[in-house]
Amino acid sequence: MSASTADAAWTRSRSRAAETEYVEGPVKAFAVITLFWGIVGFLVGVVIASQLAWPALNLDLEWTTFGRLRPLHTSAVIFAFGGNALFCTSLYIVQRTSRARLFGGDDMGWFLFWGYQFVIVAAALGYVLGITQGKEYAEPEWYVDLWLTVVWVAYLIAFGGTLIRREEPHIYVANWFFLAFIITVAVLHLGNNVSIPVDLAAGGFSYSAPAGVQGAMIQWWYGHNAVGFFLTAGFLGMMYYIIPKQAERPVYSYRLSIVHFWSLIFLYIWAGPHHLHYTALPDWVQTLGMVFSVMLWMPSWGGMINGIMTLSGAWDKLRTNPGLRFSVTAVGFYGMSTFEGPVMSIKAVNSLSHYTDWTIGHVHSGALGWNGLVTFGALYWLVPVLWRKSRMYSTALISWHFWLATLGIVLYITAMWVSGIMQGLMWRAYDELGFLQYSFVETVAAMHPYYVIRMLGGLMYLSGACLMAWNVFKTITMTEAEEAMPARQAAGSAVAAG
Amino acid sequence: MFKKLSHGPIERNILLLGVLTVITISIGGLAQIVPLFTVESTIERVQGVRPYTPLELAGRNIYVREGCYNCHSQMVRPFRDEAERYGHFSLAAESMYDRPFQWGSKRTGPDLARVGGRYSDDWHAAHLRNPRSIVPESIMPGYAFLDRPLDYANIAAHLRTLRGLGVPYTDEMIRNARADLEAQARPEADATGFNARYARARQGAFDGNPDRVTEMDALVAYLQMLGTLVNFRDVTPEQLRQQ
Repeated sequence: MSASTADAAWTRSRSRAAETEYVEGPVKAFAVITLFWGIVGFLVGVVIASQLAWPALNLDLEWTTFGRLRPLHTSAVIFAFGGNALFCTSLYIVQRTSRARLFGGDDMGWFLFWGYQFVIVAAALGYVLGITQGKEYAEPEWYVDLWLTVVWVAYLIAFGGTLIRREEPHIYVANWFFLAFIITVAVLHLGNNVSIPVDLAAGGFSYSAPAGVQGAMIQWWYGHNAVGFFLTAGFLGMMYYIIPKQAERPVYSYRLSIVHFWSLIFLYIWAGPHHLHYTALPDWVQTLGMVFSVMLWMPSWGGMINGIMTLSGAWDKLRTNPGLRFSVTAVGFYGMSTFEGPVMSIKAVNSLSHYTDWTIGHVHSGALGWNGLVTFGALYWLVPVLWRKSRMYSTALISWHFWLATLGIVLYITAMWVSGIMQGLMWRAYDELGFLQYSFVETVAAMHPYYVIRMLGGLMYLSGACLMAWNVFKTITMTEAEEAMPARQAAGSAVAAG
Repeated sequence: MFKKLSHGPIERNILLLGVLTVITISIGGLAQIVPLFTVESTIERVQGVRPYTPLELAGRNIYVREGCYNCHSQMVRPFRDEAERYGHFSLAAESMYDRPFQWGSKRTGPDLARVGGRYSDDWHAAHLRNPRSIVPESIMPGYAFLDRPLDYANIAAHLRTLRGLGVPYTDEMIRNARADLEAQARPEADATGFNARYARARQGAFDGNPDRVTEMDALVAYLQMLGTLVNFRDVTPEQLRQQ
C-alpha cells in the first residue's frame, strides 16, 4: 500500500460513517463452540476423576477406560475449549486493534472454524478408538497433525494478513502475544510430531522419529511450551485486551509489557527439562531446565502485575462487574501457579512432587483458575458486544458461576496438594527396622477420600459452566423488552482500542 | 542512550516482530535438544539392550494404544526408596529403541520400568483381566477384552519402518518377523532361529493358552521383558557416565 493510499485509509477509518465491516459470524461461532467444548471437557474430567475414586466406572470396555479417556479430557479442555477461546478472542481483537477487516474475510473465518472443529473431532475419535501417538498433549496421529498444520498456517496468514492491513501505526501488545503464540505453536507442533506411518493401507499407526532420551526431551520441550505459549502467551493476549476494556483503563505499564513479553518468550522455551528431573536425561539439561524455570517466575509476575494493576483507580468496578471479577481472579491464579511452578521445578522439591497428584493440582490451578476464569471473563464481556445487547441476561447467574467455579477450584487444588504430598512422603517412608513402610497399593488406597473431594470440586466447576451456557443462551435470545427491564448495567461500553 | 533502543520500530513492523520472535524462541530449544543427538555419551555404553522381538513390539504398541503411560511411569529415579521398590535406576540406553518413549509423568500405579520377571505370566494375565481379583485396593481398569486375536499381519512392515529410523533389525529378522512372533507365543514351537536372533527373549503361553496368539499374549510378553536386558552385575561406573 502506497503512502498516499495509506493516509487516505487512515483518514477514512477516523470518520465514523465509514466504519470497518468486521468479520463477526465466525467469531460468534467460536464463542459458542468454546462453551460447548468447555462443558464436554469438564464433564469428561468429572468422569475420569470419578473413575479414580470408583474404578468400576471404567466399565471394562476398551472405549471407556481411564487410559483412553484421559487424553480426551486433556485435549478437550486445552485444545478444544482453550483453542476455540483463543481463535474467538484473537480474531476479534486483531480486527478491532488494527481497525481492519480479517484478512480473507468471512470465508477465511469459516474455514478456520470448521477446519479446527474437524481437527478436534478427528483427534477425539482417535483417542476413544485407541489411535494415539502415546505422547502427552500430542496424542493425535500424523493425519490429524497434517490437517492441523494446514489450519494453523491459514490462521497465521489470516492473523498476520490482518496486521499488515492495519490502519493503526502500532501493533497492539495483545497481538504480540497472539503472534508469538501462533508462531511458536507451529514450531512446536512440527518439531514434536515427526513420525513415519507404518503402512498407509493399514490405518493411522506411525512411529515417532526420535526415540528414548531425545524423544523425551523433544516431547517436554513441546509439552511445557504448549503450556507456555498456548495456555500462557495466547491467554495473556486475551488479558491485554479484555481487562483494559472491562476496567475502562489503559494497560498499567507499557514498558513492563515490553520487558515481560520478550523475557517470557525467551525463558519459557528452556523450561521443558523440569518435567524430566532425575530421569535418564543428562544432568546438564536438567540443571538448565531448573535454572530457567526459576527465572521464569519474574516475567510471569510481570504479566500478573500488568494485568492486575490495570485496575488502578477502577477497583470499585469489581463490585459492580462480575465479569471483571472473573478476569482479575484469573490473573491472581496465574500469579499463584506461576509461583508454584518454579518451586516445583527445583530438583529437591521435584523429587517429592514428581509423579504425584501435586502436579495434577498445579496444572489445574493454572487451567481452571487462569485459563478457565479468564475465558469466562472474556466471554461475559464479548457476548453482549457481539450480539449487540446492552448487558448479559442475568448478573446474578454470573455471580453464582463465579462462586461455584472459585470454590470448585479451591476444593480441587487443596485435595491434590494433600494427596500429592502425602503420596510422595508415603513412597519414601521407612519403618523403624529400615524397611519401606508402605506397599504401593497402600498409597493408592490412601488417596480415595481426596479423589472424591477432587471430583466434587470438578463437579462444581462444571455446574458453573452450565449456568454460564444458560445465561449466554438467554442473552443471545433476549428481546428488547427483556433488555429494558431493570438490571445492573453490564460492562459493554465501547472504548476505542489500542 | 536508551532512547535509541526504542521498541517502536519492532511494534510497527510485523516482519521484524515475527523474525525476532522466531529467533527468541529458537535459542533454548536448540541449546537443549541438538547436543543430545551429537554428544555420544548421552546414551550409556552398556551391553545387552536389543530391539524388541516382534511379539514384544506388538505388546508395546498395545501398551501405548491403551494409554498405560497415563498412570504408569517407566523411569526409576536414583533414590534409595526407588531402588528398593523398583530396582536399579533407569538408563537412557534402556529406552534407546522406544518409539515413542514411555517414561510417563504420573504414578497413579507403580513404575513398570523393571516389572519384567517380578510376577508370573499367569499373575499378569489374571491381573489385567480383573485387577481387583488380585489386588483388592487397585483402581486400575480391567482389560479382559485383550483376550482377542492379535492382528499381526503387517508386523514385518513395523520392523521395516523402525529399521528406516535406525533400529538395527536385520533382513533375517524382518523376513522371519511373523514366524518369530508365533514362535514366541507357543512354548512348544522350535525356537532355535528365534533365540539366535533375540538374546534373552523368552517363549511362553503368556495368556495361559498356547493355541492362539492374543493381544494379551503380546502385552504380557512386553511387560515381562521390561528392565531385564541390562545385566547390572557386569556394568561398571565408567560405562554409566553421561555427559
